[in-house]
Amino acid sequence: MLKRNPFRFLIALATMVTLVIAPAYARVEININKGNVEPLPIAVTDFLQGELGQKISDVVAADLKRSGLFAPIAKTAFIEKITNPDAAPRFEDWKVINAQALVTGRVTQEGDGRLKAEFRLWDSFAGQQMAGQQFFTQPENWRRVAHIIADAIYEQITGEKGYFDTRIVYVAESGPKTARKRQLAIMDQDGANARGITNSNDIVLTPRFSPNKQEITYMSFEGNEPRVYLLQLETGQREVVGNFPGMTFAPRFSPDGQRVIMSLQQDGNANIYTMDLRSRTTTRLTSTAAIDTSPSYSPDGGQIVFESDRGGRQQLYVMSSGGGGQNRISFGDGSYSTPVWSPRGDLIAFTKQSGGKFSIGVMKPDGSGERILTTGFHNEGPTWAPNGRVLMFFRQNAGAGGPQLYSIDLTGYNEQLVQTKGFASDPAWSPLLE
Amino acid sequence: MSRIHAQAAGRMQSIARNPIMIALFASLALAACAKKPMNSAGDLGLGANAATPGSTQDFTVNVGDRIFFDTDSTSIRADAQATLDRQAQWLAKYPNYAITVEGHADERGTREYNLALGARRAASTKEYLSSRGISASKIRTISYGKEKPVAVCDDISCWSQNRRAVTVLGGAGM
Repeated sequence: MLKRNPFRFLIALATMVTLVIAPAYARVEININKGNVEPLPIAVTDFLQGELGQKISDVVAADLKRSGLFAPIAKTAFIEKITNPDAAPRFEDWKVINAQALVTGRVTQEGDGRLKAEFRLWDSFAGQQMAGQQFFTQPENWRRVAHIIADAIYEQITGEKGYFDTRIVYVAESGPKTARKRQLAIMDQDGANARGITNSNDIVLTPRFSPNKQEITYMSFEGNEPRVYLLQLETGQREVVGNFPGMTFAPRFSPDGQRVIMSLQQDGNANIYTMDLRSRTTTRLTSTAAIDTSPSYSPDGGQIVFESDRGGRQQLYVMSSGGGGQNRISFGDGSYSTPVWSPRGDLIAFTKQSGGKFSIGVMKPDGSGERILTTGFHNEGPTWAPNGRVLMFFRQNAGAGGPQLYSIDLTGYNEQLVQTKGFASDPAWSPLLE
Repeated sequence: MSRIHAQAAGRMQSIARNPIMIALFASLALAACAKKPMNSAGDLGLGANAATPGSTQDFTVNVGDRIFFDTDSTSIRADAQATLDRQAQWLAKYPNYAITVEGHADERGTREYNLALGARRAASTKEYLSSRGISASKIRTISYGKEKPVAVCDDISCWSQNRRAVTVLGGAGM
């Protein structure tokens, strides 16, 4: 029923070597705080040799393009044909086609069967190498190597960590709306390598990654007992989290991975609890005759943002991790739900319902600086890329059909459909796999 | 047509066990097409004698197995009170049944909140039935949030049918 060991190859990818020639002062750079930046023209040449090298460079270029910060130049425009990726390219040839940055690389097979992938990033106008690294891995992990190279390029040029070597856990949906089949699925952030990790007729919802990337917490209606579960990706082992007397839902991990925070429904009220995964002790954090749900920790673990209708409509509240000092932070028009704290700690993303529309937005943890990133018939459930620069969410358009996943920059630009085979909802972004 | 499918699918399990219900099946579908909430025999154009007294069909068709709620509301409306009063009388007459009340929300809310909202609707339905003499120990509740709509369209005609609490005789139901 459960696929084996999707993360086994993490171990295989450990070796990374920085290639000689110290990185020069980066003249090529992108300030990603500016919003709608002009994408940087970059030439990603085919890695030598052969088909695999070409496939790797295509994945690198696609990652960079989808970020909205880079404009990969069509290969047909290239003048110089790279034959030795270790030698400096003819910078003039790349300046002519306005390739401000240039990527060259090579893939070879080691004696032990491993793949060796090398790349160099060049600043065409400064005529210097900016970065150079090599990686060893099993051949089947070639896409991951490509994502890691794209992350290295992104980091070198933007000064921020990348997010390409990551995965998305989500709910894959199929069938008519009145009899939807749902299964948990995992894919690479670019939609590749999608595979189901559960397969039953029970409703499964809201999967979320643990910080160690080895576990998923989610909600399942197995046996008509809606409960929060823990799933070990390595072994496929599943267990109910805690021994609660009612429906548990809306789970998330604490930043240290040691606790699951969730809601417990009792009669008409939902309150927030944590369970320590080692000691199995549970702690009640809220006590209201209201619906308190969708809790999410701040990255330092010290605070929790959640939604509550204690004041009437759903609004966002922040409290200390012990449950003290519960303060409302959202005061705009409409109702606010599904808050998620940014991995950088600086913002909280949310779903907002107002005027019959559903929006995705962000605000500071004190409730100031609210910005709406996208609005429409139904947008819901944001999740942060590990660098806190990009959000993914699901969108259901009016009319027939089902939900699909979209990503959008923190600036509100660069909205992109994330390709999935069928309908998809409840995305949750993994931390960087590296 | 999606409504027909929706209503029918919800009843398939109970229908499958009883050949008599096959005949009713078509009528149910027609009623759904006309957008009528299926609360009473009158809506269905069926005689009260069409189902065996005390059977699941009798409860569904002659008593009405579901009530509807206003947006974001969990209070039992006057029309719903009438339905629940009939349910309570019927359950008093046939005391062997335990029931499950399934709470549902429409799709115009976020997932986790709607799970809690559905639970709250099931809880207020349970409370009302208890106040009409049905022992709380015989009433189980479950919420499906917005995950099991019966009517599919993008306006209130469907959303109002999905904001519901369904009383299922015995066990967990669909």
